[in-house]
Amino acid sequence: MDWTAIKEYLPLYREALLLTMKIGWIGILLAFLLGLLCAAILHFHTPILRGIVKIYIELFRNTPLLVQLFFIYFGLPKIGVRITAQTCGILGLGLLGGAYMAETFRSGLESVEKIQTESALSLGMSPLQTFRYVIQPQAVALSVPGFMANVIFLLKETSVFSAISLMDLMFTAKDLIGLYYKTTECLFLLVIFYLIMLLPVSLLGSVVERRMRHAGFGD
Amino acid sequence: MQDLGIDLLFKGSNFLRLLNGLWVALRISLISVVISIGLGLLVGALMTLQNKVLKVIMRIYLEIVRIMPQMVLLFIVFFGSTRVFGWNISAEISSIIVFTFWGTAEMGDLVRGALISIPRHQYESAQALGLSTVQTYVHIIIPQTIRRLIPLSINLITRMIKTTSLVMMIGIVEVLKVGQQIIEANRRTSPNAAFGIFATVFFLYFIVCWPISKLAGFLEKKWS
Amino acid sequence: MDEKELLRLEHLHKEFGGNVVLKDFDLSVKKGEVIVIIGPSGCGKSTLLRCINGLEAVQSGKITFEGAPVEKNSKNISQIRQKIGMVFQSYDLFPHKTVLQNIILAPCKVQKRKKEEVEQEALQLLERVGLNDKKDAFPRELSGGQKQRVAIVRALCMHPDILLFDEVTAALDPEMVREVLDTMLELAKQGSTMLIVTHEMSFARAVADRILFLDGGELVEESNSPKDFFDHPKTERAQKFLQTFEYE
Repeated sequence: MDWTAIKEYLPLYREALLLTMKIGWIGILLAFLLGLLCAAILHFHTPILRGIVKIYIELFRNTPLLVQLFFIYFGLPKIGVRITAQTCGILGLGLLGGAYMAETFRSGLESVEKIQTESALSLGMSPLQTFRYVIQPQAVALSVPGFMANVIFLLKETSVFSAISLMDLMFTAKDLIGLYYKTTECLFLLVIFYLIMLLPVSLLGSVVERRMRHAGFGD
Repeated sequence: MQDLGIDLLFKGSNFLRLLNGLWVALRISLISVVISIGLGLLVGALMTLQNKVLKVIMRIYLEIVRIMPQMVLLFIVFFGSTRVFGWNISAEISSIIVFTFWGTAEMGDLVRGALISIPRHQYESAQALGLSTVQTYVHIIIPQTIRRLIPLSINLITRMIKTTSLVMMIGIVEVLKVGQQIIEANRRTSPNAAFGIFATVFFLYFIVCWPISKLAGFLEKKWS
Repeated sequence: MDEKELLRLEHLHKEFGGNVVLKDFDLSVKKGEVIVIIGPSGCGKSTLLRCINGLEAVQSGKITFEGAPVEKNSKNISQIRQKIGMVFQSYDLFPHKTVLQNIILAPCKVQKRKKEEVEQEALQLLERVGLNDKKDAFPRELSGGQKQRVAIVRALCMHPDILLFDEVTAALDPEMVREVLDTMLELAKQGSTMLIVTHEMSFARAVADRILFLDGGELVEESNSPKDFFDHPKTERAQKFLQTFEYE
């Protein structure tokens, strides 16, 4: 292992990490909001929108992010929609993640038992109050493990950004290998930086999941 | 539509080439899935054993798969192995190794989950009837876990297929790469082909994955 | 007994996809009455209670509560539901809230009453059912019988004019049935208006002012004397049904 090379590459990787994290987390935020919106549309049986949401979810859950990015980044400009690589990364991750988040939130809402709605209604609560005080808090808790799994999945998916020339971790590693042939060092740093990015989230996910399981309300 | 590259699909053998590319991706994922299911059954059974060392090893294995992007693993196997061990592994073999490494962990975890979901008394009553451990698994436990596992393994197939799109990054000419080549070759005559070609690749993936995940969802509902 | 009519059902008809659960059903409930509804499973007892609370829509017929029509999706349904307390068979406490929070949620949010006042009342009610030490417990920490008593308190705290009980002891272990039935018996003694669906025959006999026997969605037999009904049922279907509870 050539430690001087590693020291030399370190700032480049650090910069790439920041870029990857930035795009990753903004994309995840977008995915979160989009997922909430879609789950709400499905939950409240909104006509027309419901059909659109269903098609969107199926399309994006059944195609690879890489292909989605290629279409958005190289395909869309041909019909006049031009966006930067960064926006494309955020948009792609947001659209992919939105479809996964929507499914997670929807199944969270579905797993709140029907009797909960009925007993809230029987106490005279309006449908909105029932949702706000009874259904939504339980659905959120039930969705947490799935949500954490989606976050990890989406952070991992950022590794395809290099394909649309975003200078993320993958791009940096590939670039440096091509330039200096220090393959071992570059791959070593690549693994270390992905660990920095993902290990805390993964550990947090395990802790949260364990807590939800043990402190899980219900019987 | 001429400008958006749909016409290119019917030019020469372009569409056939795309389908060929799709087959390359599918072949890699199918081979990997088959090996993963086999190894996954074994690994899943190992994970239920109460062996401390084994538990730690499995935990680390699962955690690596959980947090390392498949792309990183692909790079390590494809570029790293040549460098460190001097092996010359082809891109296709590299991707099968990586996807199997990943799929085995996923499958193993599913198998473990299915095995521990079988109530304790099923094991106990089998033993009370005098069945050996092997007999207990063969006649009692495995038949019950298979129903739970089939929909989940089908799901793994779609995820595997979607992930194979990554192999173009280590130089395998699969459907996305073929698409790129077609666009490149016709750059002058159809400058806007990227739209139509990439849309086609998008729908090809969808047409392959969607029925499979519908089937998995259907079986899951039917057997739950 | 006050003779004021609280609830009136006229020609109620309800079916699920061609399956008739209530056939031309009439009922009038006066203030202070305790009515027990019995009958074989699937006879429409539970559906009846759910219709009264507007949880199920009816195909035809009319439900009137204190002069106002009860309809599943009408605007004022939540006003009416505040006056109709209901306790379900399965534990329906909100699992993410403590016992006290479960009780005060609807009075505070729906009736906009003061939190302090509601809390005080909730604690008094909990004391009456012997659960004031559980006020900060979560539902999962309670036994089945305790959960059902809390559910009763939660319904009471809304000051309902009538209480509906839908087989509230059916999912309980035998040793917990008693504590819940005792609570209900006490409510009856205090003059609450109650509509009770149950399979506990000796309880029905002890608590009822009026017994309704339902079978196949129809009122088969009605009696103002529980003793007469249980000792000398008039109809053959009621005799057969009561026999299934005897062991010889």
